[in-house]
Formats: sequence, structure tokens, C-alpha cells
Amino acid sequence: MSTQRQQPETETETESTESEGETAQERRLDEKRRRAEERERKRVEAEERAAADAERYHLKVFRYDPEVEGKQEPRFDDFHVPYEPGMTVLDALIYARDQFDASLTFRHSCRQAICGSDALFVNGSQRLGCQTQLSDLDQPVRIEPLPHSEVVKDLVVDMEHFYDQMESVEPYFQTENRPEGELEEQRQSRENREKIKKSTRCIWCGACMSSCNIAAGDNEYLGPAAINKAYRFAMDEREGEDMKQRRLEIIEQEHGVWRCQTQFSCTEVCPKDIPLTEHIQELKREAVKSNLKFW
Amino acid sequence: MYEYDVIVVGAGGAGLRAAIAAQEAGADVAMVTKLHPVRSHTGAAEGGINAALREGDDWELHAYDTMKGSDYLGDAPAVEALTQESPEEVIQLEHWGMAFSREDDGTVSQRPFGGLSFPRTTYAGAETGHHLLHTLYEQVVKRGIEVFDEWYVLNLAVSDEDDPAERSCHGVVAYETATGNVEAFTARDGVVLATGGLGQVYDHTTNAVANTGDGVAMAYRAGVPAEDMEMIQFHPTTLPSTGVLISEGVRGEGGILYNDEGERFMFEHGYANNDGELASRDVVSRAELTEVNEGRGIEDEYVHLDMRHLGEERIVDRLENILHLAEDFEGVDGLEEPMPVKPGQHYAMGGIETDEYGQTCVDGLYAVGECACASVHGANRLGGNALPELIVFGKRAGLHAAGGETEAPRVTVGRSDDSEAGDVETPVELGEPWGSEGDAVADGGAAAETAEAVVERSLERERERVERLLERDDGTQHAEIRAAVQHTMTENVNVFREEAALKEALVDIHAARERYRDVYVADPSSTYNTDLIQTIETRNLLDIAEMITVGALARDEFRGAHWRKEHQERKDDEWLKHTMVSWSDGSPELWYKPVVLEGEKKTYEPKERSY
Repeated sequence: MSTQRQQPETETETESTESEGETAQERRLDEKRRRAEERERKRVEAEERAAADAERYHLKVFRYDPEVEGKQEPRFDDFHVPYEPGMTVLDALIYARDQFDASLTFRHSCRQAICGSDALFVNGSQRLGCQTQLSDLDQPVRIEPLPHSEVVKDLVVDMEHFYDQMESVEPYFQTENRPEGELEEQRQSRENREKIKKSTRCIWCGACMSSCNIAAGDNEYLGPAAINKAYRFAMDEREGEDMKQRRLEIIEQEHGVWRCQTQFSCTEVCPKDIPLTEHIQELKREAVKSNLKFW
Repeated sequence: MYEYDVIVVGAGGAGLRAAIAAQEAGADVAMVTKLHPVRSHTGAAEGGINAALREGDDWELHAYDTMKGSDYLGDAPAVEALTQESPEEVIQLEHWGMAFSREDDGTVSQRPFGGLSFPRTTYAGAETGHHLLHTLYEQVVKRGIEVFDEWYVLNLAVSDEDDPAERSCHGVVAYETATGNVEAFTARDGVVLATGGLGQVYDHTTNAVANTGDGVAMAYRAGVPAEDMEMIQFHPTTLPSTGVLISEGVRGEGGILYNDEGERFMFEHGYANNDGELASRDVVSRAELTEVNEGRGIEDEYVHLDMRHLGEERIVDRLENILHLAEDFEGVDGLEEPMPVKPGQHYAMGGIETDEYGQTCVDGLYAVGECACASVHGANRLGGNALPELIVFGKRAGLHAAGGETEAPRVTVGRSDDSEAGDVETPVELGEPWGSEGDAVADGGAAAETAEAVVERSLERERERVERLLERDDGTQHAEIRAAVQHTMTENVNVFREEAALKEALVDIHAARERYRDVYVADPSSTYNTDLIQTIETRNLLDIAEMITVGALARDEFRGAHWRKEHQERKDDEWLKHTMVSWSDGSPELWYKPVVLEGEKKTYEPKERSY
């Protein structure tokens, strides 16, 4: 690329001889100065706001890192984050990380409640950080990793067990009933899609599993998310009756649906409003019905 | 050292589809991805998948719409591959159980989308990407394809012949987030990059935080040209406070845009007298900002998108997710009030130069999905054309990499006799202020060495890079540099572009590069060190920002999403060509290659785009 090194000063001189009065270059510089002043004003305002404690949100954030001497004993760190309307728990954590402590560690990506990576334990409840408004929370806001999981570092927990449970229910579509034409879809009624719709919304965040007392006491329990995944397929009319039987057998195993004690904690915390407990109950009913057939 | 036939980097829609295709063609496949697959940003796609499935529609109409939408910067062979194969791929997804929305007869529903001459957008509520991502991941689980999740690929292992076209890619080097280990992955047959978007180069974007353009930057530094990087799509309906996307499906179902004076401005101010709200995205984005700039915006910032008249039943049936997004992220009840919206960065239409099989000019290196530019979107991507791109080209690349049977590509890659040298005046030197020293050189191993040696050397370099970054105790933090780049891109390289501002952005990017010399990682830990990963991502963002800006400065015309204040017309005589930027050992070079307008049956003649 033919690059001409033009110093901005030179450019200003050249341009200012071109026309009288305010040139484009000057206007641009003015604009830049104005923006710089604006930024400075905002910064000063931010500092003034910070001075008044009421304008800052007080976070108490769980910290732990097996690799760093000062963090090997779990502890809570305090962060005071300047509040702006609309600010979420995730925004506050990002602010704390970028401004105060670059080592503060948490998972996050989409910021819109679809990637499922920022499920946290906030003021004693499982929630997505990105979906939780700070203004809905009492201070200090206590932010911890999901309970009943091994903490890797700070707010990051090991998700392997959760993924293993999800994958143990054969979480993929299986059917023999393929239409003949290659370009022809399998028909599904609107009612049937409606029936499975909520179950398909799961984002694998792990909030439900973390909130479940049974899962906490029984490591082999499939847990609400995996059972919901089984529901999603078992209730899909396209898979056919034989496959449905097989799916019911999977969820009827010793650590399957019958462990659920209908405490509704999974349903309460689900960020996608999936009626998990209801789905588990329905599978119990289906299992009973299918067992009766053989009697 | 891990060894596979095919390594897929990234596990969103394109990566998952590539892995499935490669495995079906008999390859031993592994996926290496910095997130877990279900966390990929494909999950956030809302609107739908275009495919000519119904009577009255066919691939040729779809191809015509796509070429017109692209403002004739799309390459016809790639566009035709997209439109010919998307029906089969969409039905394949249905056969894999994807929960599409349905008609009364049980067939999958389709709806109208911007710039389409037929309602061919197949969808699953307003959460099509979520369903697509999970359906594909389910198939990967079913096949037992190995996934290295939360492994961040640091670099490609590419040999270092002088001419990039003679180089070969033999694998990748990746950082295991959980442990801090740096390991090599050898690919006997091919590496497929499917790393997704680069929206984090802007501060108002619909993209996830993970979308930092890593694949484009890595391929670029390995000598692969980046194509049409200036073509950034801004989506007209994002929530003002967060950038969260409000699907085009809302307008597809009949949603209306109003300004502060209650005018339906798309018609009343003549932006698109025929198609109104359903004009293509570039047209609507400019219309909204013009309203705001002329004082008819709401709170001088946004406009209103109203769907109340559609009725609760239809909204809940087809757009339910939108109600949740508006409520959670803007505090607005879409059933009771109009939603505030403004344009935000949404999609990179340019990317790693590839042919219709995802091949780059480097042997064994492929790219698919948003990080790639097979050139199906040209200067403006139509809504609903990104998801078919993922599955059609993901499949093609996976198949090709695994040695499956394919036809000869018609899109050429790398320099040829048709290439034309570029020339643009920049206010500062581009590229690294420190020249080709340090982490930025392209080579992974000396020419004519064995594949093992290339991978080994690349591994060694990356281990050194990580160590060097961790060793420093003081300096500048990545967050500051990243914020500076995002700020200047949003101020200066946005929907409306002018020469002085573009130059200012180059000066700012140069300054950010200077500061990056002093970058340091504050977190010393080898466990889940996100500080380190973000520092490396920020390095990638610097290159991405520069490519976008220099391409935008050079292209002195108005085409698709690329609006230039000083150049208010499309200049077909001069600009029916792709902007190419090549990293020649630290010094970016600009060149051009012609657009391919000859399709299978006809040549697409550039016409005026009116909607």
C-alpha cells in the first residue's frame, strides 16, 4: 500500500490555506475537543457520583483461585460500582473487572440470556447475570458461583457433570419415520410443536440443577435439565411410539424421574420460564401409563 | 500433541455442520472451541433461514434477490451454491428434529423478510438460531465427535514460504482455559476456521462478547487475504441500551417504524416507497439515523418499532422471544408499548477470502460462516441468509477437507492475473509499529520442513508468547485498548462514513497499537485466565479494526452498507471489485479482484437497487 506519512499538523496547515474561516479540519478538531470535554465532564461526574456511596452499588463477590496464593482461601471481595439505569449484574461484574481487578473471573458471552454461560448465585438465588437488573436487588449484592458444583475459580464452576447428565439421555432426534422424498419434511402438528416448545428453550445454564436439593444429595440423579431434554424428544410425535418407550425407560431408571420430589425450585429459577417440574410430573404419568399397558 | 484428520476451530452453526460433514465423509474430526458449543453466538440468531422450498419460488429467484441485495458485490457461483443447496440443508435440519414453526398441514412455516421477492424465510419462532445450534450440537453428540471446549486457539501452524499460495496449514495451537496448558493439534487433512463474527470491534453491537474476529485475524497474519472487510452490516432494530437484537421477523410480520412525530417515516419521508419497513437493512438503518439526525428521533437517539397491532396471539405464536428481550433488556412491554430501536453493528459481510468450498489460498486451510467471505453477501446481507450460509458452506468445507467428492471451484482465491494493485493515502503507517518482530509474524515454521516441524515450531512460539504476556508486571491493560478501538470505530466507521473521520480512526488505531506494546496481563493464574485470553483477543481486534477502516477509506463510492458522504453514487465502472487486504509480514497491502457476476445460467447485470 502506498502509504504517505502525513503528520496531522502538516495536514492542518495545508488545509487551512485552502479556504478562509473554519475549515473541515478545524471543525473536526473542535468536535474532537468538544467530545474530549464531554468525556472529561462525564468522568468528573462519575467520580462525584462515586463519592456519594448511595450512587454506587455495593457488590460482595466470591473469590477463589487454587493457583494464586492470596486466593487459595475462599473469600468475598467488595466492589463499589457506579450505577447507571438499566445496569445488570453482568454489567457490574464487567465494570469491576475492567476498572478494579482484571483477574476477576466469570463466564459470559451473549449478554442476552441465550448462551447460558453466566448463571450465578445472586443474593441467594440462581439467576443469569445478564438478565438480572441491579435495581431489583438488595445491597450489598452477594454474587457467588452456582452452588453444588465444584468451583474452578472465582465465579466459574466445573460444568462437566451437568453436560454428562445432559448427554446421558440420548439428546438427539431419533426416528425411523422418514418421509420418502428427500426434500419433504416430516409433518408435525402445530399442537405438538406447541407442546414441546417450552422444553426446547433450555440454554443449558445449569441453574435448575444447582437449585435442586435432590441433585445436591444424589450425584447420579439426572436432574431437571436432562429430564426436560428427554421430555423434548419423548413428546415429539415425529419420533414415534417405539422410540417414546425407549425414552421413558431412560428416564425411569433408578436415578431418573422418580427421584423428583416436586419442590419446584428448578421451575422457580429457570431463566427461560420452562415449567420443569410440570414436565417431570408429566413424564412420571406417561411412565405409569406405559407400565400399565403391560400389566 | 493431538492428531486428527480434520480440526474444526469454533463450534457455532458453521463449525458444527463442517464437523458433521467431515465425519460423514470418513474423517477423524475434533472441534476446538473457546466456548462450549451451546454457548456459541449462532444461538442468538432470531429471524430465520432462507430456502426456496415452496411452489412459486425457486433457487434462481433466491439467487437474484441475493445478488440484488448484495448490491452486485456478491460472487454468483457462491450465491448460486447457497441458494441451490439451502432447501436440502433446511430439510436435513428438519429431519434432525429441529423444532420449526408449523403451518396447519404440519409443514414448516415461512415468512416474508426484507429484500426477498417471496416469503421464503423458514423459522422457529423468533429463536431460530437457538434451535439450529442445539439441533446441530445434538448430531455432534450422537456421532461422538470429539469437542475440546473452552480451548482458545492462539494461532495456526502454517509453513512460511514467501508466497502465501505456497504455504500449508498443518494444525493449530490452543490454550486450555481451565489449566493454562498450551498444546498443539495436528490436522492431517485440513483446518476449518468457523470462528464467527467480529462485532466486538464496535461498542454498540448485537454480537456476543466472544465475537472478536480471532479467525479472521489469525488467517490474515498467516498470509490469507481478508476480503471486503469494510462491508459491515448494521441492523436497523437493536435495543438502544444494550445492542440486543430485535429480529427482522417483527417487520416481516408487519411491525411498523415511527419517528418522534408519529410518522411512518419509511413511507412518509420516501426512504422506500414500495417496501417500507421491509426494505433491505442498509436502507432502513440509514433512514432511522437520518430521522434522528434531522431532529425527528426520540430522545435524539432512536425510533419506535411497533408491533401492538399484530395482536397478542400472533405475537406470542411467532415473536414471543421478542417480548422477553424487550422486557428484560429495555423494560418495555411489547404488547402495550412500541419498542425503542436504533441501528447497531450486526454482521461482518467480509472476512477470510475463500472459494465455494471454503478453501483459502493456503493449502489445508478452510474458513466458513461469518468469519469467511465466500462472497455471498457482498455489500449487504439479506436477513435470513446467514443461517443457510452456515449450513451450506459448513457442509461443503467439511466434505472437501475430508477428501469427499466435489466439483472444481469457480471462485478463485489468492492473487492472480486479474488482481489489481491498490492505492490509498493513509495518515499513518499501517500495521505493527514494531515491524514484523514479535507475535505478529505469519510463519509457524520454516519452509520445506515436515508438517511435524511446522506444528512444533508454532507450538514453541505460542508458548513463548503466553509466557511473555504473563511475565510482565506492569503496563497497559487490554480493557483500555479495547475500549479505545471500540470508541473510535463507533464514532468514525459507522453507518455514515466520511474521509476525515476514517482517517481519524486510522490514527486512533495506530495509537492503540502503540499502547499495545505495553500491554500486560494482571492475572498471574494458570487457571481460567480470562485476562490473558482477552489480551490476545484485543490484539486481533486491532488488525480487524484497521482492515475495516482502510477498506472503507479506499472504497470511494456508495455501495450497499458502505455509505460515503463525499461519494453518493455506486461507481460500477470502477468498483465492481472486491477489496483485498494482505498482511505481508506486518505491513498490510491493499489490492483488488473482480466480482464474478456470471452465474450458471445467466450473468447478473447490475441494476439500481430500489425497494
